[in-house]
Amino acid sequence: MTRARKAVALISGGLDSLLAARLMLDQGIHVEGLNFYTGFCVEGHTHAIRERRRDKPRRNNALWVAEQLGIRLHLIEVVEEYKAIVINPKHGYGANLNPCLDCKGFMVGKARAWMEANDFDFIITGEVLGQRPNSQRRDALPVVARESGAFDRLLRPLCAKLLAPTLPEREGWVDRDKLLALNGRNRKPQIALAESYGFHEYAQPAGGCCFLTDANYSNRLSDLWATRGNKHYEIDDIMLLKVGRHMRPAPNFKLIIGREEGENNYLGGYRRRFVHMTATSHNGPLVLIEGEPTDADVQLAARLTARFGQGRHADKVTIEVTDPHGGSRLLEVSPLPSNEIPSSWYL
Amino acid sequence: MNRYQLDARNLLCPMPVIRTQDRMAALQSGDILEVRCTDPGAMQDIPTWCRISGHEVLDSRIEDGDVVVTIRAGGPTGSK
Ligand code: SF4
Repeated sequence: MTRARKAVALISGGLDSLLAARLMLDQGIHVEGLNFYTGFCVEGHTHAIRERRRDKPRRNNALWVAEQLGIRLHLIEVVEEYKAIVINPKHGYGANLNPCLDCKGFMVGKARAWMEANDFDFIITGEVLGQRPNSQRRDALPVVARESGAFDRLLRPLCAKLLAPTLPEREGWVDRDKLLALNGRNRKPQIALAESYGFHEYAQPAGGCCFLTDANYSNRLSDLWATRGNKHYEIDDIMLLKVGRHMRPAPNFKLIIGREEGENNYLGGYRRRFVHMTATSHNGPLVLIEGEPTDADVQLAARLTARFGQGRHADKVTIEVTDPHGGSRLLEVSPLPSNEIPSSWYL
Repeated sequence: MNRYQLDARNLLCPMPVIRTQDRMAALQSGDILEVRCTDPGAMQDIPTWCRISGHEVLDSRIEDGDVVVTIRAGGPTGSK
C-alpha cells in the first residue's frame, strides 16, 4: 500500500486558502497548515483594534480555518527575517508598500524548508490566477515557484487546471480533474464553493492579508522611514502605526493620539518610552510624542491633546506632560481650534 | 508529570499562541503549562490552538486582569 501523501498548506485565514486545503482533504491528502506572523498581519490584532470592532467575534482567523478543516496549524514568527522583504523587495511594491511577490516567494520558501524538514510531499496555496494585480499574474506564479525553491512541488488547487501539471498531479498523488480553473477577480465561485461546504463565517479581508496593502498604513510607514532617514523599523514601530490617530506637525516629532479606551490602554503600555500627555481637567486621550520635540513643540502638542478631548470647547485645559522617566509637569493651554490644524498634519 | 509556567504578558495575539505552541513542543504528554497573558484575545485563541493540536484546556480564567489558561499536554505535538 502506498503511504498517504502529505501537503503543507499556507493558511492566511482567508477564504481561498481554506478552500484550497479543503480540496486536498477531499482527495485523501494529509494536510497541515502554516501561518506566518510578520508583524503586519491583520491577524496581529491589538486590544485596540478589537475594542473598535466589539461586535465581531474575537478570533484568529487562521486558527478558525484550521479548526473548520480539522487540521493542525503551525504558527511561525518571522518578524526579523521579514524586514529584508519589506525594506528592499527585489520585485518592488504593489499599489502601496505591499511587496507581495517577494513575500510569496519568502513564505513558499519557508514552507519548502518545513516540508523537507518534516517529510511532507508538496505545498499548496490558495492563489487564484489573475486575482491580485501583481503577485498572481500568469508570469508571476512561476517566479514564486522558482525563487522559493519549491518548483513543481508547489500546487495551486484553485487554478491548477490553468497551469502546467505539477509533480503531485503527474505522479497521481492528486487527481488533476478534481482541481479548479478559477481565474480573475470575481469571487462568486469561491463564495458558492464555501456555501456548498457549509463554511459560513469566513473572513473576507478587503485588500489583502496584511496592513501593507492599506494606503493609510503605508503612508504612515513611509513617513516613519522619511523622517528617520532610513528604512529600518522595529516591531514596536510597526505595531504603533496600527493604533490611534497620527499627526505630524513637524519633521522632528509626531503625536500618536488614542481614539478610544482600548487604544489609550494599548498606548499606555508605551508610557515609559515616550514623552506622553493627557488632560487632567477633562476626559481625553492619552497622547504619545515620538521624536525630539522642543519646548514650543510640547506646548503645541498639549494644545492638540486638549483639542481631541472633552475640553475642546473650553477656554483652558490642564494637560499633564510626563517624560519617560516619570517626571511630570502641568501645562494650562487653550485647545487648538480645528481650523488651525492643517490637513497635511494627519498621517 | 511536571508543571510549568509561561509569561506571555504584554504580547499581542498571535504571539501568546506562538509562545504557547513553542513551549508545548518541549513538554511530555501529561505535563501541565499555565500561560498568563494580557491580550484578551488569548482567551479564545489559546483554547482553539489546543483543540486543533490535541491538548486539553483544564481551565481558563481572568485573574488580576490577566488571562490565565491551564493546559495539559496531549500526545506528541508533532512536527513543528
Ligand atoms: S498582502 Fe501582505 S502578506 Fe499578503 S502577499 Fe502581499 S505582502 Fe504578503
